[in-house]
Amino acid sequence: MSKQNLLQKIIEGALMVSHEPLTLQEIANLFDDNKPSKNEIKQIVDKLNESYKGNAFEIVLVASGYRLQVRPGYDQWLLKLNKQSSTRYSKAFLETLVIIAYKQPVTRGDIEDIRGVSVNPQIIRNMIEFEWIKVVGHKESPGKPELLATTKKFLDYFNLKSLSDLPPPSELNTQ
Amino acid sequence: MLENNFDITLNGKEITDIPEDLFIPPDALRVILEQFEGPLDLLLYLIKKQNIDIIDIPILPITTQYVNYINMMQQMQFELASDYLVMASTLAEIKSKMLVPNDIEDEEEEDPRANLIKRLMEYQKYKELSEKLDVIPRRNRDTFVISGIMTNFNKTDNLPKIKLDQLEAAFQDVLKRAEIYASHTIESETLSVRERMSSILININKNGTIKFTDCFTYSEGRMGAIVTFLAILEMVKESLIDIIQNEDFSIIYLQTKTS
Repeated sequence: MSKQNLLQKIIEGALMVSHEPLTLQEIANLFDDNKPSKNEIKQIVDKLNESYKGNAFEIVLVASGYRLQVRPGYDQWLLKLNKQSSTRYSKAFLETLVIIAYKQPVTRGDIEDIRGVSVNPQIIRNMIEFEWIKVVGHKESPGKPELLATTKKFLDYFNLKSLSDLPPPSELNTQ
Repeated sequence: MLENNFDITLNGKEITDIPEDLFIPPDALRVILEQFEGPLDLLLYLIKKQNIDIIDIPILPITTQYVNYINMMQQMQFELASDYLVMASTLAEIKSKMLVPNDIEDEEEEDPRANLIKRLMEYQKYKELSEKLDVIPRRNRDTFVISGIMTNFNKTDNLPKIKLDQLEAAFQDVLKRAEIYASHTIESETLSVRERMSSILININKNGTIKFTDCFTYSEGRMGAIVTFLAILEMVKESLIDIIQNEDFSIIYLQTKTS
């Protein structure tokens, strides 16, 4: 097997077994000597994706790195395998999440001002538990409220590379 | 959504408006009211229903409708968040400001609705964004991550490689240790040095002089020999006996101390 071919197989295998996305650095660190350059790895990923054409899966780049996943469009069948976890979120949950994502860093007070209702503490707790948001600091105002921001895991979950990939707000209808 | 068109035909005539006095079962109304995410959401719904622009929000009819909803909620003992009441008072305030004619024609005078409109637009923006976020392909709903079985790798990686002779050596080690423990058990002394000193002294006193070798009894084994030897050394040290040897390698005698 040629060296290039072996490299390709190792990277493919690593992406297959890893439960978390792998960064270019993490992939390079698989090798003790003759570490491939980041550019080389990118080329290999492209090559692998090229070879996956016609397969159900592909390598995608999300915020935390590369991961191998099933292409969209098979959820109708594959969801039947996924018995326990629910992927539906309440409107309150989603609204709170977008405000944190688009306006970060924000305090609970900021969220309440926009939504006009008090923040459900359970929702914030869940998001922190999912590691979708974290406390990034405290605002210099009375009570030193926590400043909340989203994490890479949040982006990973929604298949996004960065916050700039979030859908843009629609033009305000000022007719 | 709530603003669904109702395609109802009655006697061949299409009914587009729900009759004013249509009875809505309380439970159904409760479901409808629970759908709102707060006073801003309810207001947006009321505005949308009238098909008007937020900018031109007609404060009088909207306020009336809003208060009507709140009254309904209260009648049903729907747990009413204080946020809804705050909004009702805000609407009432705006309404009163608009009713009172402004004597001073001040260009700078702000539209009393301005702040509310700003908040409504801000909320609407995030409400729409949340709907957009909801349809982004997400993990375990639209996309599924391939995470192969790592356990096989773990097993071979984590288990140390052991050769058979290493295992045998380890087992021998265990056996040896067991032996050490066995010989470390403390037993009460069966032969006492002091006792032996006495018996040798008695013998010497009876016979005057005895051979060194006669003090030892083979049947007592190594332990007995050591006890006897220690007893003899101790007696010499305490100046109880003398040890005599006439020439090199000849017989050693023990005898009572001659002072």
